[in-house]
Amino acid sequence: MSTLHTVNKSPFERNSLDTCLLLIKNDSTVLLIEDGVAGALQNTTASQSISDAMGEGVKFAVLGEDLNARGLSADRVIDGISVVDYAGFVQLAVDHDNVQNWL
Amino acid sequence: MSVTKKFTYINRKAPYGSVYALESLEVVLIGAAFEQEVQLVFVDDGVYQLTKGQSTDGIGMKNFSKTYAALGDYDVNQIYVCEQSLADRGLTLDDLQALTYEDEDDDWAEKSSMNLVNREQLADLISDADVLLNF
Amino acid sequence: MKFAIQINEGPFTHQAADTAYQFTKAALENGHEIFRVFFYHDGVNNGTMYGVPPQDDRNVQALWSDLAEKHDLDLVVCVAAAQRRGIMDEDEAKRHGKGASNIAPKFRISGLGQLIEAGIQAERLMVFGD
Repeated sequence: MSTLHTVNKSPFERNSLDTCLLLIKNDSTVLLIEDGVAGALQNTTASQSISDAMGEGVKFAVLGEDLNARGLSADRVIDGISVVDYAGFVQLAVDHDNVQNWL
Repeated sequence: MSVTKKFTYINRKAPYGSVYALESLEVVLIGAAFEQEVQLVFVDDGVYQLTKGQSTDGIGMKNFSKTYAALGDYDVNQIYVCEQSLADRGLTLDDLQALTYEDEDDDWAEKSSMNLVNREQLADLISDADVLLNF
Repeated sequence: MKFAIQINEGPFTHQAADTAYQFTKAALENGHEIFRVFFYHDGVNNGTMYGVPPQDDRNVQALWSDLAEKHDLDLVVCVAAAQRRGIMDEDEAKRHGKGASNIAPKFRISGLGQLIEAGIQAERLMVFGD
């Protein structure tokens, strides 16, 4: 089943994104929300693991409203990560077979 | 209820430092009455929930570790422990309680509920779950 | 699609209840159904009647009560978690000899079975927490 993984914590605060990427299947999507949006930015120490996962086929998205709240513009987001809104968040949950909310 | 779903509980936090270990266990116990398929996953610091010899008098909190040993009686007998999480923490399966259940299809023989799994197996468990509970 | 929502954290301290609210609102606006919203752990504190947050910021409890009123949502506060944290309805207050109830409008107190039932009946369970 294809899974929507959400990660709500920054990779610099907690290991949730790390664990998510270690236990993810290639047909999954990761949506970064809340403080987790920090993981979506270019040129961080977490960017490589995201690029590696994208290379394996994992899709990434980031919640635009949470980026905006934190003063992070969409142009700072890693290429290939789509910016979605809450309606997009809902749609991702609908489009995948199950949901894993990493906390 | 005629629907049977696979309920997979993801436990990633140590006991006592926060309430999640205790209160997630309470969900598992109540959930047992609903005759669904239940799997408990212990990964990251969640592995500490199952350590033997917990003694909480000094911190003044209730020791709920015995409750894990009773899970078998509630038909919760699929316990998956991440072997890498144990190794990272200098632990082995021997440091954990050996949870068991009585197999009613095998003359009530006592069997182990414990499964040591690698990351690929955990990825499959997550992918195959109908309902994933996180705390 | 039929969603169940689980909220693990209280108002203001974590974003969980806010994200859950925005998700729930978006789901409803896009024609989806919310089977139940279940408040667990400190999430029960979203259902307290006596919060008076500053006027220039959102009132998380009021947002949920209003959304529930508008869309006939089932907001359930877990009884076990509520007892630990002091959220009571009339029955609970009477049963435990407490002065008054403090549960907010449109929230109801019930057992953990409601969460399991929501997991069974809904097509997706979304968990918002710390």
